Amino acid sequence: MTADTKPLTHLINLNKPLSIEEYINNGGYQGASRALKDLTPTQVLNIVNDSGLKGRGGAGFPTGMKWSCVPMFTNEDGSQKDNAPEYKYLVCNADEMEPGTFKDRYLLEGHPHQLIEAMIIASYTIEANRSYIFIRGEYHLAAKRLQQAIDEAYKNNWLGKNIQGTSFCHDLYVHSSAGRYICGEETALINALEGKRAIPRAKPPFPQFSGLFGKPTVVNNVETLSNLPHLLKNGADWFKGLSPKSDPGTKLYAACGRVKSAGVWELPMGTTIREILYTHAGGMLDGLNLKGLLPGGASTDFLLPEHLDTPMDFESIAKAGSRLGTGGLIVLDDQNCPVAMVLNILRFFAQESCGWCTPCRDGTPWAVEVLTRIEMGQGTVDDLDTLANLCDFMWLGKTHCALAPGAVEPLKSALRYFHDEFEQHIDHGCCPYSHHYSHVRSVNSANYTKAVVKQRGL
Amino acid sequence: MTQVTQEQNVQIIKLVNLDYRQYLTPDEVSDIEHEVSIMETKEAAGIEALKIVQAGRGWVSDDSLLAISQLLKISTAQLEGVATFYNLIYRQPVGHCVIHICDSISCHLLGYEKVLEAIKSHLAIDYGQTTADGMFTLLSNVCLGGCDKAPVMMIADKHYEQLTPEKAITILNGISQKISTTKKETLEHEEE
Repeated sequence: MTADTKPLTHLINLNKPLSIEEYINNGGYQGASRALKDLTPTQVLNIVNDSGLKGRGGAGFPTGMKWSCVPMFTNEDGSQKDNAPEYKYLVCNADEMEPGTFKDRYLLEGHPHQLIEAMIIASYTIEANRSYIFIRGEYHLAAKRLQQAIDEAYKNNWLGKNIQGTSFCHDLYVHSSAGRYICGEETALINALEGKRAIPRAKPPFPQFSGLFGKPTVVNNVETLSNLPHLLKNGADWFKGLSPKSDPGTKLYAACGRVKSAGVWELPMGTTIREILYTHAGGMLDGLNLKGLLPGGASTDFLLPEHLDTPMDFESIAKAGSRLGTGGLIVLDDQNCPVAMVLNILRFFAQESCGWCTPCRDGTPWAVEVLTRIEMGQGTVDDLDTLANLCDFMWLGKTHCALAPGAVEPLKSALRYFHDEFEQHIDHGCCPYSHHYSHVRSVNSANYTKAVVKQRGL
Repeated sequence: MTQVTQEQNVQIIKLVNLDYRQYLTPDEVSDIEHEVSIMETKEAAGIEALKIVQAGRGWVSDDSLLAISQLLKISTAQLEGVATFYNLIYRQPVGHCVIHICDSISCHLLGYEKVLEAIKSHLAIDYGQTTADGMFTLLSNVCLGGCDKAPVMMIADKHYEQLTPEKAITILNGISQKISTTKKETLEHEEE
């Protein structure tokens, strides 16, 4: 592993991340140093714009474009304009809860200083003087390591007042969340940071104008930000050269499911699904065949074995009918029931719906009800029409945010690709895979009842 | 909070006033005040305040909720809305250790149901219940971000990976033994 091919991960150490001294000795904080000492915010923005860096959190929005909307309040002579707000904010979205996605955890646990350096660069560019890392409550180890790294950065004057002798001041805080998937949506995240229920806000106004506490705010994903130190150190052309054929830069790809060696790998953007699945994840476990996969977390459309040679970049995956999402493959084998898989995913979305808009609050549990019926062998042909209608009711433009459309993607594509399996469930009156998934409702199993009787002395 | 009494067929609802300083410990208050200091509004520290109180007391009782709402000057109803929204805030008493077992897709594909079944049978509890000895509460959790090492569960702040039914039960036995030993030692210490 070298800095030239795997800039984000070559210094990762999951057992003991680099201390600030070790990181600096390995070329750390050079990107931030260049930005703060040699470049103006506009120049940094130009580099990011030139690089073509796109958001790695799922939507793939160009990072430079997101930043360029932030109103700036510094005059040419360096003084502040009269209408400048007291604070502008950068928020790092480390609320990684997309099922099948665990790439950000690697970056957070294994290399916290890279993220801190990145946040200094991003904050400098948008002139934010306060930033928060919004981390999910379950990532205890990552939060602890981040806090240690932040303390080190304060001691070494990489955070706080007049960073490294420049006029730039910045405070960085870790905010550990209390759960709920919807916090990953940027405006819901802002509400959560404000101590409210995490319900997405209507846009406009966009957070860049009115975000956290009504101030200009930028929300970026962990992986997106982690690219910045290397981009600033090596320049936009180097960044584009990391993946000559595709969207620029590297991407953290992952694979999970019943494959030989699940994991996460930093590879050039546009690596094919086949390479990720067979070269890096080692292929399917012995005796299993590939049936389908979700390319970027639970909220993306299924792809089939025929799509194996599709490059994993935003455009190619979209052409194949899905979304790159987070780049975490969830692999379905031929001995796991596709209906049960979709049921599990829809149950997740039904549970995590914030309840604000009717199509999502009522549509997702309805889909779960119908899918449960089919999986239990009690479905009818009409149920398939109901599911198709629900896909339409919950599609983009009919809901408050992208959660319900995210639930529709795997459901709609499964109805298309695994239609035969759905019909088999209905025709046979049972799940053809039931030997594996026999406990949809396992609560009253004989074992459980016996154990209760024994323990309570009944 | 309110107290309802009956007097000559008339319901009298009295507002109970609780002084947060008598209820929250000085440490809790100073931790919460630190959170307030890094946010623009007091309200923004609400979730963190609930977590701080829960960390020491295991769960958030009505009195805790009232005390926090008083300290942060937000309505109890609003804070209740927040507390019940987030799944890592417990508004009911829980056992000594809360087991969060991941029930999302990667763990499903690797058969977490068998692990869940084993835990349920072993502890004789279902989701949302606490064991008779007050040791464990069982809850489900969405994807814990350990998909490469599924199935996964989280107990307190520790993640346990690549579970099998046997492994899960060994882990639970280990924890329960450790806690009983510590409890015993504390008791003996107090007696001395």
